[in-house]
Order: sequence, then C-alpha cells, then structure tokens
Amino acid sequence: MEEINALFHGFSVALSPFNLMLMFIGVILGVIIGVLPGLGGANGIAILLPLTFTMPPTSAIIMLSCIYWGALFGGAITSILFNIPGEPWSVATTFDGYPMAQQGRAGEALTAAFTSSFIGAFVAVVMITFLAPLIAKFALKFGSPEFFSVYFLTFCSFIGMGKGSPWKTLAAMMFGFALASVGMDSMTGQQRLNFGSMELVRGFDFLIAVIGLFGIGEILISMEEGLSFSGSSARIDPKVVIATWKKLPKYWMTSLRSCLVGCWMGITPGGATPASFMSYGLAKRMSRDGEKFGTGQVEGVIAPETAAHAAGTSALLPMLSLGIPGSPTAAVLLGGLLIWGLQPGPLLFVEKKDFVWGLIASMYLGNIAGLIIVLTCVPLFAAILRIPFSIIAPVIIVICVIGAYTVHSAIFEVWLMLAFGVIGYVFKKLDYPMAPMVLALVLGKGAEDSFRNAIKGSQGDFSVFFANGLVGSIMTLGLVMLLWPLVNKLRGKA
Amino acid sequence: MKPEQEAETGDRPVATNRTMEIVVAGLFLLFGLTFCIASYQLGSGWSDDGPQSGYFPFYINVIILIASAVTLAQAIMGKTSRPRDAFVSVGQLRQIMAVLLPAALYVLGVQLFGIYLSSAVYITLFMVWLGKYSWGKSAALGISISVAVYFMFEVWFKVSLHKGSWFDPLSLFGL
Repeated sequence: MEEINALFHGFSVALSPFNLMLMFIGVILGVIIGVLPGLGGANGIAILLPLTFTMPPTSAIIMLSCIYWGALFGGAITSILFNIPGEPWSVATTFDGYPMAQQGRAGEALTAAFTSSFIGAFVAVVMITFLAPLIAKFALKFGSPEFFSVYFLTFCSFIGMGKGSPWKTLAAMMFGFALASVGMDSMTGQQRLNFGSMELVRGFDFLIAVIGLFGIGEILISMEEGLSFSGSSARIDPKVVIATWKKLPKYWMTSLRSCLVGCWMGITPGGATPASFMSYGLAKRMSRDGEKFGTGQVEGVIAPETAAHAAGTSALLPMLSLGIPGSPTAAVLLGGLLIWGLQPGPLLFVEKKDFVWGLIASMYLGNIAGLIIVLTCVPLFAAILRIPFSIIAPVIIVICVIGAYTVHSAIFEVWLMLAFGVIGYVFKKLDYPMAPMVLALVLGKGAEDSFRNAIKGSQGDFSVFFANGLVGSIMTLGLVMLLWPLVNKLRGKA
Repeated sequence: MKPEQEAETGDRPVATNRTMEIVVAGLFLLFGLTFCIASYQLGSGWSDDGPQSGYFPFYINVIILIASAVTLAQAIMGKTSRPRDAFVSVGQLRQIMAVLLPAALYVLGVQLFGIYLSSAVYITLFMVWLGKYSWGKSAALGISISVAVYFMFEVWFKVSLHKGSWFDPLSLFGL
C-alpha cells in the first residue's frame, strides 16, 4: 500500500494549477505534433526540450510526457480521417479506421480509437505504478554485469522482434553504438574517434539524430509521395460518443489481449509499432468477425490503438526504473532527465520521490486530459491537416533547424541534423530500422561502461556475465532473442 | 514534350533498390573499416586498468563489417526485398531535391545571416516557388513566423538563437 500513498502524494504534486495548465498545453501541442507530418513524439519532444530548461524539472517532465500522450492520440486522427498514419504506430489503425470514416462512421471510429487508447494507456500506467517501484528496488542490487545484461537483452530484443532483415537491424544498431563512441571516452577521459575534429569531441548527440532522422527524413518521404490530403469531415457528436461507448464493453476480450500485448512489447523494447500490428493480427485471427477485418470493423480500430498506447506508455517503465528506455521517445525523455541532473534508474525512486510520483500521477491525469481534448477538438486538429504541404514543409524544416541549433548552440550540429535527415530517408526506404539505432546512440555509453566495468572487475573473464542466476538468465534470454531469427529460419526449412 | 513523355521520364528509376542496397552496404563497410582501424590505433587491447578506449568500438565495428558483408552478399545475389523496383524515380528525386537543396541553402543562410532573416526568406521562397502562392501572402507568413519565433525564444524563454557569423540583420533594428 506504500505505492498508493506515494501515488496520492504524487497527485498533490501534479495537481497544482501551473502543472495542470502545462498538462493541457502539452497534450494540445502533442496532438498537433502527432497530426503534422515530419513531427512526432520523439523529435517533437527533442525540439521542445530546450524550452523547458527554465521550468522546475517536475513541471517540465509533466509537460513533455503530456506531449507524448498527445502525439499518441494524434496519430489516430490522421489515420482514420485521411488514411495517412501520422505516426508509425497508427498504420494498423488505418486498416479499419479509414473504411469506417468512408462509410460515414468517422465519429464512431475516432471515439473507439481514443477510448481504447485511453484504456491501453491507463492499464499500462497502473502497471507502472505497482511494478516500477518493485523493479527499481530489485535493481538497486544490480552491479555492472547485471546492468550490461539488461542492455544486452534490450538490444537483442530488437533483433528477435524485428520484422525485417536481422542483419540490417544489427548494422543499424551497431552504427548507433559506433557513433555513440565518438568523442570523450567517459572512463579514461581520452578523446577518441573524432578524427581530429574539434566539433566531434562533443560526440554525436542523439537529439540531433532524432530530429534529423524522423523530421527531415519524414519530410523527404512525404515529398516523394507528393502528398495531397483529402479527408472525411470530422465532428464528434456526443450522441455518437455515448452510442460507441455502449458498444465497447462487448470487445473486452480484444481490449484485454491488446493491453497485454502492448505492455509486454513496451517493456521489452519492441515498441508501439510492432505492438499495434501484432495486436491487430491477433484480433483478426481470434475474432468471430475476423474475415470482415479491413472493411471497417470497430474491433480493428480498438486492437491496434489499445496496444500502441499500452506499449508507448509502458516503454517508460524500464526508463524510470532502470534508466534504460524502451522507445526513442522514452529515450528523449531520458535525455531530458539527464539534462536536469536527474539520473534515471533505481536510485531515482529513493532520492527523488516527489519527481517520480509526480510524473506517474501526471500520467493518469494527462491521459484523462488527453481524452477530453481529443474528443472535443477533433475538427480543429483535422483543420491543421488541411493546411497545404507547401506551407507545412518549410515551417517544419525551420522548426527542425531551430531545434537542432538549441541542443548545443552550434551551427555544425544543424548540418549534422540535415545529414541525418538524408540517412533517415535512405534507411527508411531500404528498411534499416531507426529505433534500435537511436537507442544505441543513447545507451551506447552506458552499455559500454557497464561492460567495461564488469570485465575489469573480473580481470577479463567473460564468465562474469553468467556468474549468478540473475545475470545468467537475463543473458540467456538475450541470446535466445538474438538467435531467434536463425531458429525461425531453420524451422521454416524443416 | 508531350505530357505522356514527361510522365515516362518522371517514372524512370534513378537507381534500383538492389543498387542502393549495394551502395549502402558498401558505405557501411567503409565506415566500419575506418572505425576499426581508428579504434585499433587507439588501442583495442587490454591495459593495466582494464580494456582500452578502442576495445569496445573495435568489436562494435567488427559486427558492422560482418552484418554489412552479409547484406552486401544478399543484395548482390538479389535476395533483398524488391530488388528490381525503383529506389527512387527521376520525378521523385526532383521533388526531393526541390526540398533538400533549398534546405541546405537555408542552413547556409542561417550560418551567415542568422536564423530570423533566413527563416523568413526561406518560408517565403518555398511558398512562392513550390506552393505557387503570391509574394504578398508568402512574405507575410514568412515574416510573421520569424517574428513569432523571435518572441518565443529570445524574449519569452530567453534562449538565444544563431545570429549570423557574417552579418547580423537584427543589428539593423538595434536588437
């Protein structure tokens, strides 16, 4: 019951008028970001990060996490009304959401999407409330080998869960690690791999990479497709909301299953995107109306949306309790925490109780705020999408440039961001996954330090990674994930 | 040129997926090799106080070399996805360059003249050139966005943005 008390304390922190205002601003900004092409949760937060430096950390993280909830909600609007997934995790929502909108059931689809998003997020937050402190307490006993094993599992999961070529996933991920190693060696203080460049001593900041890869890269992709938005009109009638809500309990099984898929994929860093596809696929296979999926089934909207939100939210669990984020957006939030001098990880729960529980409480409130805002303001957000691309595109590029500049106040970094944009475009077209690359760039130093400390302690003996039951089983699980594509291939041949 | 012919040249691929796969895998190999050598020179072995600076990067880049070699081999054998399809067509590349090149010029402008003037000019030209809007409308939007950014960053949040290394137009306004 300790958690309940702490949570109520958290509510008292989060419920100040200033924080509530930030919550609403955050959600609105987040939905706008989610609706716009080229801006998403990860790079949107990366760009807005410098603006929060003057705020108290708790307020700042509340606003930033609310941007994230908003972005998660926003993806559904574009998918359903315009058949354009604003975010990768809402691709699966277009399958049934857009047909529903074409049949004039846009209100029903949107209500179902928002409500199930809310339910997914809510279940994930409840899980975080009770599980995060436990994991953090447990992780206090972790040494370097244990931490390395968690990093190892994180990255191996990408290979095991990835859909494309495991070799490409591996190359993209290691590219991230390689870039992370440029600059200062944190253990010896030695400069390394900067090839004589003073600019590169700072290393490659992942915020720059995130802004370029997801921002400029996305704009280039949209440009190539020659985007023209044509969408259904959007207004949500309160009567439709009530009618849809009455229908939803019928699909409790789908919701529950999607929550589980989402939570699982969020904690192990599969992420929201595969979670939404997996959940859609499962719902299609298990539903009685499975064959009708794709023609405008409410269930086909509920499944991916619930899972995407559950995954997006639970990605914060390993970020908070272990300091190891489960998604690029969680990684950006982690970057923010580091800038405010807060080291995420098990100690955070002991030393910064106010902050942690304020954040967790704000997850509950932020999602309620989000649900209210999206249900009432859909026409407004849909109008943003009708702004022609030739106005949106230069404005987003300007925002990306400003965002990249503010990271270190260096123009070199802006050029770097542009280069990452081109890399992002090529990676996307050739199916090199970007999420593992970004996470490797963020976690590279931490993974390296824990690895080096571990083998330093053992005098170079690698058996330290299997020295006790805990580290051994996490490593073994990681190896299973790593070899999973191979196992699958062999099974396919047999 | 007739419209159909125009469409034909527009659809012609600049490169196939297979070619691009080979190029990208090749670049990865080059990157991995450079980093491997640099890590080796840095010291990729073991010293008295544990692994040296280049130890971890060295093996990371060895993995890049292995993974990209496999992708390269797969690409050459045509086993990557949709090898014959166009990676990008002439028309698409033209569209992309129409965004990318001005963006690069814009960043150059930011470097020389600061963010505010460059952003206003960039948004205006983009709208006139690609959006076929009138000069008045475009300039109005470009300038108002720049002014809004100025107030948001310099005044409200007290974050200083780049002022231009060659000439700072804001100095004309005494700012």
